[in-house]
Amino acid sequence: MIKVVFFAALRDKLDCEGLTIAHTDNIQCVADIKQQLCEQHPHWQSVFAQQSILSAVNHTMTDESFAVKSGDEVAFFPPVTGG
Amino acid sequence: MTDFISIQTQDFSVAEQLQALEEDNVSDGATVIFTGRVRDKNEGQQVHSLTLEHYPGMTEKSLAAIIAQARQRWQINRVRVIHRIGQLSIGEQIVFVGVTSPHRGDAYAANEFIMDYLKIEAPFWKKESTNDGDKWLDAKQQDNQKAQSW
Repeated sequence: MIKVVFFAALRDKLDCEGLTIAHTDNIQCVADIKQQLCEQHPHWQSVFAQQSILSAVNHTMTDESFAVKSGDEVAFFPPVTGG
Repeated sequence: MTDFISIQTQDFSVAEQLQALEEDNVSDGATVIFTGRVRDKNEGQQVHSLTLEHYPGMTEKSLAAIIAQARQRWQINRVRVIHRIGQLSIGEQIVFVGVTSPHRGDAYAANEFIMDYLKIEAPFWKKESTNDGDKWLDAKQQDNQKAQSW
């Protein structure tokens, strides 16, 4: 299983804090997770397409080609605005 | 070489932070501190308060990585970073970055570098409360450009 979490404006728009998905052969990298989420929740597609979304795997910022494995925590969130 | 990183809801005392940076530290002649506070206006609009959210676990890791990069570039010793989360009113302190070094050049540069990278890499998000309601702030392109100038 892969744990997926969302933050801030993205979480509010999806109305979802997170979920778990099975690590199937179709899921090799972060982009595959995004694609699967949009297939499972078609109304999420426009949210993901609307704004730039950053991703992190196991608490480290990555790009979408980053490989994922079972047990990983994958996060999606808007560009950060701290400080 | 000590890093102090704290993500907290409660306020902090700049005097106490300064003391922690300088106490029993006679090898560093320079201390540079930065404090960020909640402004009353953003892009011309009155702000009532801010709510700050973060990604527990990643935030601390991200700040530690930023400080480690600063240590590779400049001769710095004590580093303290505090970032508040939760609801903050106008004028309240949000963030503190303190750096000590034998010399001021390194302390100034490292402090600004840490703050610049915190703005684009540390997973914090601000939601503003205004007369028009609550809204999440968008990241500023200029913050990216500023960090990439290092």
